[in-house]
Amino acid sequence: MIRFLNLEKRFGRNKVLKGIDLDLSQMGITAVLGPNGSGKTTLLKCFLGMVIPTNGSIQFKNESILGRHLYRSEISHVSQIVYFPENLTPNELIKMAKDLRPGTTREKHFIELFELSSEMHKKMSTLSGGTRQKINLLLGLMHDNKVIILDEPSSGLDPVSFLNLKSFLKKEGKKNKQILITTHTMSFVEEIADHIVFLLNGQIYFQGKLNDLLSQENRKDLESAIANIIQQKKSTGLDA
Amino acid sequence: MINNSNPYFKPIQWILIYWFGVGPIHLHARVTLLNAEQDLHQIVESAQPYDSLILSQGIYTFENILIDKPLTLMGQEGALLKSLNGDEILLVTADSVTIQGLTFTGVKTSYIKERSAIRIDKGKYFEIKDNVITNCFFGIYLEHVSHGVIYNNRISGQATTEAGSGNAIHAWYCSNIQIKGNELKGHRDGIYFEFVDKSLIEENLSFNNIRYGLHFMFSNDDIYRKNTFRDNGSGVAVMFSKEIKMIENTFSHNWGGASYGLLLKEINDASIINNQFNQNTIGIFVEGSNRITYSNNSFRRNGWAIKFSGGCSANEITNNNFLNNSLDLVVGTKLSDNEIHHNYWSEYTGYDLDKNNIGDVPHYPVKLFSYILNQVPEAIVLMRSFFVYIVNFSEKVSPVFTPKEVFDPTPLMHEVQ
Amino acid sequence: MLKIFKYTVYDLIRNRWLIFYTGFFLLLTIALIFLSNDVSKVLISLSNITLMLTPLVGILYGVMYYYNSEDYIRFLLSQPISRTSIFSGIFGGMATSLSLSLIVGLGTPLLIRGVLFVPEFITFIIVLGMAVLLSIIFSSLAFIIALYNSNRIKGFGVAIFTWLFFAVIYDGLFLLLLLIFKDYPLENITLGLTMFNPIDLARILTLMNLDISAIMGYTGAVFKNFFGNPLGMMIILILLICWIVLPFYWMLRKVNRKDF
Repeated sequence: MIRFLNLEKRFGRNKVLKGIDLDLSQMGITAVLGPNGSGKTTLLKCFLGMVIPTNGSIQFKNESILGRHLYRSEISHVSQIVYFPENLTPNELIKMAKDLRPGTTREKHFIELFELSSEMHKKMSTLSGGTRQKINLLLGLMHDNKVIILDEPSSGLDPVSFLNLKSFLKKEGKKNKQILITTHTMSFVEEIADHIVFLLNGQIYFQGKLNDLLSQENRKDLESAIANIIQQKKSTGLDA
Repeated sequence: MINNSNPYFKPIQWILIYWFGVGPIHLHARVTLLNAEQDLHQIVESAQPYDSLILSQGIYTFENILIDKPLTLMGQEGALLKSLNGDEILLVTADSVTIQGLTFTGVKTSYIKERSAIRIDKGKYFEIKDNVITNCFFGIYLEHVSHGVIYNNRISGQATTEAGSGNAIHAWYCSNIQIKGNELKGHRDGIYFEFVDKSLIEENLSFNNIRYGLHFMFSNDDIYRKNTFRDNGSGVAVMFSKEIKMIENTFSHNWGGASYGLLLKEINDASIINNQFNQNTIGIFVEGSNRITYSNNSFRRNGWAIKFSGGCSANEITNNNFLNNSLDLVVGTKLSDNEIHHNYWSEYTGYDLDKNNIGDVPHYPVKLFSYILNQVPEAIVLMRSFFVYIVNFSEKVSPVFTPKEVFDPTPLMHEVQ
Repeated sequence: MLKIFKYTVYDLIRNRWLIFYTGFFLLLTIALIFLSNDVSKVLISLSNITLMLTPLVGILYGVMYYYNSEDYIRFLLSQPISRTSIFSGIFGGMATSLSLSLIVGLGTPLLIRGVLFVPEFITFIIVLGMAVLLSIIFSSLAFIIALYNSNRIKGFGVAIFTWLFFAVIYDGLFLLLLLIFKDYPLENITLGLTMFNPIDLARILTLMNLDISAIMGYTGAVFKNFFGNPLGMMIILILLICWIVLPFYWMLRKVNRKDF
């Protein structure tokens, strides 16, 4: 469904994406991994239209999305948001999100899942960081879309909510949806990811199943596999 | 009607005769009712002194009617005197002539002769009342006359240029005349005085005249009070005159290029009391005038409240209100011996700790910005700019360019009522 | 766009800075009314204050609001809405709430004082209108500054300098120029120079109402034709609107090329 063709992005002199060719056609949960600065957030932001690529193109359902915005009504996105308009309440934000994009919503499910019902009438400025992250998840996930993109969804969540989120994502992954997740929590990836895309220095280093990566690197767990990749690259000087 | 306390009207008999209608000479006077078909020249000529001619409704087309004996000319409603070829209509050379209730029109502009609807030459004790004069070159023209009154006339012209228009009331070499309750508009000057002494101008409304509402030249000991001058080229000009009293007049909306409410040029010993100056380009423009008292006047939203140029000394500026003028005082030259005190300045930012209604720090009304304006007039577009505030403020803290001697040591905290 | 506008206004009318700002103008206007019975004096004082303060508050508030809204803007960017709509909505909402704050703060006390029925009503409208226009102009400049500077400290610095430039430095240089070239005919240059500073334009429009007598008194034909003519007022208004439209257009251009 999503295809990146020779995608390049430069911020000033800094080349962040160096010609990415990536076809994400298989359904299920895909983890986009990579060390800091490898370009994974930029890649997703390019797809969401928040970053404008220097070169190349991005296709969604075989149509270019560059300069368009309507395709986003089929994409749910959870970003790393800390501050919402501070004088609005979660209820008002939900109403706004519904105003901004049509379609069926399931906010009640999340209010129960994250036990938010007592917080829905309070101003955002009075809510704790964890609660705000829950509201953020709720706003991102409430629309029932085929494509879901999550940027560090676990940050700031308490263990119970994290468990609930995982089980929700697992269920969603089985519904023939495409879910893209960036995260630094490897156990989380091991637990839920069907596929892995590993970015290194703005290029695709690996794309495939988790087990293939482990066997390729000859490691038992993802964390050490990745540490190994990064270590190797450093020693061969390719990281420069 | 007449003010008995007025010092300019001494002959008591005259008052009795004319205001109470009794007197020996009147006893045999005839009253004749005229119509428009009759020949006015002939009738006036054959009339006896002290006769009354009453013009009934109709258009009387004549010019140069000479009135050389005491007569009363009165108009009934709709009696219109129209100039035959545009020359003068009435020429009065006798004393004790009354002209009342008539309408005059059609005196045309001439560049050779100062034609007027009514001219009085060397007459005394005249009365010109309740007449309407429209579209005449000059309205009422007085020369070498005295002890006459001009009451409640409405004189309007359609002046467009100074050269091609005359004055509504023009007086030359006169004394002891009273001009009261008239409405004067659309002429060159509303009232023009040249060599006119001991006269009173009261309760007139002079507006939309292209030069001055009222103009004094070489005239002394006159009073004008309770008049309104608005929307004239300039309000009032007093030039080369002495002992003029200006009381309770209103000068408003006299604005334009070099416009002022009141111009004082080379005059001495005048007093300006209880007047209102509203929204004039310059409230009072003073050039070389000495010993003038300015008190209890209100200057409201003028461009400049008072602008001094030329040597001005021994003036007294007290108990005036300076309210929201763009600039209050502008001093072009050195002032000396002037007394400025107890005025209310709406700009004053001082305080009054002892609550005696007098500010505890002096007020310096001349600003650096007005000094700059004298150098670069275009800088006016920067008025009220924050930068100009800073400049003015720093100058106020330590004056360098503005005169140190011009200040009010006792500024009032509240408006003078 | 309208939806974003609606929620932005809805958020900002409950913003404590705006409430404080409204309260400040309410108190100021009430105090001035109590100090002076003369409505025109109140209006002159208010115009002096607003001509200086509204650009400053507009630019600082705009920068602050943009930086505080970066997360919110990212949230909106992932919605199926164009960038132009998002920023039109957010900027429009912010400018509207800022203007509302001025209208309430300056307007209510004067309306109660009966400004509708005095001859100074036109002046009141001009003073209020200029305060609103300057707020909009300077908050749009603020958005541009914030869009170009991701470093907040730098953004605030540039904003303050921009205000200082238009409020003080520009007029200082202007006056200096006039004094240096005072022997030359300066009228056209003077009129031209005012066009490049929105504060000067607003101030002159106010002057044309408050101090027209002074302006007319001093200078020659060019000024007289310009200031003594309703056309002059129209030109200034049009220029002020250009000062809103052009920065807004610039802002949208930048928005459509920026990476968030």
